[in-house]
Amino acid sequence: MTETDGWRRLHPLTPVVRGGRLTIALCVVLFPELLAGRRSRPILIELAVVAVLAGLGFVNWLVTRWRIDGDDLRIETGVLRRRSLRFPLTQLQAIDIVRPGLARLFRVAELRLRMGGATGSHARLAYLDEREVEPLRARLLALASGAKHDEAGPAVQAPAGRVLATVPTGRLVASILISDAGVVFEAVLAGLVVGAVLAPSAVSGILGGGAAWVITVAQLVWRRFNQEYRLTVVDVPDGLLVRGGLVALNAETIRPGRVQAVRMVEPFLWRRLGWCRLEVDVAGRQRAEGEGRSDRRSLRAILPVGSRATADELLDHLLPDRPRALSPAPRRALWKSPLRYRMLGWGRTDTVVMTRSGRLRRATNWVPLEKVQSLRRVQGPVQRPLRLASIYVDTAGKTVHAALRDRDVTEADGALEDLVALARTARAPA
Amino acid sequence: MRDQWRHPSPRLLVLRRLEVGVPALAVAIGLGITAALTSAWVGVGAGAAVVAGLAALPFVRRRWAAWGYAERADDLLVRRGVMFSRLSVVPYGRMQFVDVTAGPLERIFRLATVRLHTAAAASDARIPGLDADEATRLRDRLAELGEAQAAGI
Repeated sequence: MTETDGWRRLHPLTPVVRGGRLTIALCVVLFPELLAGRRSRPILIELAVVAVLAGLGFVNWLVTRWRIDGDDLRIETGVLRRRSLRFPLTQLQAIDIVRPGLARLFRVAELRLRMGGATGSHARLAYLDEREVEPLRARLLALASGAKHDEAGPAVQAPAGRVLATVPTGRLVASILISDAGVVFEAVLAGLVVGAVLAPSAVSGILGGGAAWVITVAQLVWRRFNQEYRLTVVDVPDGLLVRGGLVALNAETIRPGRVQAVRMVEPFLWRRLGWCRLEVDVAGRQRAEGEGRSDRRSLRAILPVGSRATADELLDHLLPDRPRALSPAPRRALWKSPLRYRMLGWGRTDTVVMTRSGRLRRATNWVPLEKVQSLRRVQGPVQRPLRLASIYVDTAGKTVHAALRDRDVTEADGALEDLVALARTARAPA
Repeated sequence: MRDQWRHPSPRLLVLRRLEVGVPALAVAIGLGITAALTSAWVGVGAGAAVVAGLAALPFVRRRWAAWGYAERADDLLVRRGVMFSRLSVVPYGRMQFVDVTAGPLERIFRLATVRLHTAAAASDARIPGLDADEATRLRDRLAELGEAQAAGI
């Protein structure tokens, strides 16, 4: 167990890839001017800036090194403020492989180690040679699981599990087009086009104001497409391996024990086609430092679009013991939530609670009781005369809102008692 | 099972009443001066402010009376609210940290607010208007229990 490697550096192309967009922008700006052959002062200044930045990137690469030291992964970095990071592999939760567009171009990849503990910090090894990444991942995982690491080399092969689900591109496109955001986007676009034909002068004004909004929505749609392109779920020994992506490739392992909540969303138009979307809330990912915006989302779609049967199969892997039947809300709840009424329902087993709600789109949540943070009973002024009450099941993060809405008061009180007791037993270490 | 409910200090009621009464009185006085200088009709507004302030007092009392908390064996119960009545159940093992805050007005009345934080953003368990000593006792007790029963995320 006390095997120790020497210090190693990251891939030499790291500064180029890290500088990513900056590099591209500089090339775009500088090349035409260089080709035009204008040898004026500004170009010298720009070159100096480039040289300094490149130098800094190079120095940063030069002083960054990592090693596996027994059960720890150690990373040292920094020139002026030298930082020595130590990540105990026993706390390792999962290793993701992230490959942004530029990194793929240069055949490098980032290894992201998600650590457990209260902080949920990440260790990043960016960037490593593409061929090096898989064996290293396997080796780190082997060390983490406490397996005796033989001198012979990597004992654990890259897992080749069964493919559980994959998303055809055509269906993904169709699903995005008829999703909630997609429909709104199309309506706005159609409105603009019609407007442009009928009253061109008015549209320019609208466009000026709405452009930012349109771009935001377009970005949203694009990001979804980019992340979920050819998403594949593979059954591996330690959980579900989710990989996919168009420009940036992602591979993430979801361990059932880390799942805080599972959500199934069925937008209005999707239900006609029997489609649904399955998302998983994974633990300890709130606001880790130094992460991009796209990393901060804690909901991970494991099935961007698929049939109920596929979703059920995935759920079987994540939450084997989950409630099958829902008990509907009492009829008088119709007065309080006329739009939601048809969707409302909840069910539980001894380990998982399931709730369903939604107005136009139907959202079903599953929360493992051992992950419940707190429970709340709320009764509002409309609910009181109807003798209704809601129980909220709070989970870590802000993304999943599981609630037993509009239940009969006695049922709600009983459910609260039950859930509190069950959550206590589920939480207690076996 | 009967839970041992405790309630915020009666001084919180005084504070809450002042928080309603003082602004109402200020508005009434302002309008009264204006009425004396201009037309008597503005005086109706002053009267209305006084009436509104007085009418609000019973509601303030009910809201104050609705606050309560109970320390059970494994979790803390916090209840609040008249219009929306809420009851939170926070297991000790889920508490990440407890903080005690006291604003300037609260300090004058020797009161403090104890707030419990879990990993869930929605938990929102706070108990306002505790006597300073009781707040300290509760904080220490919760910290102790939280440590004893701590569970991971």
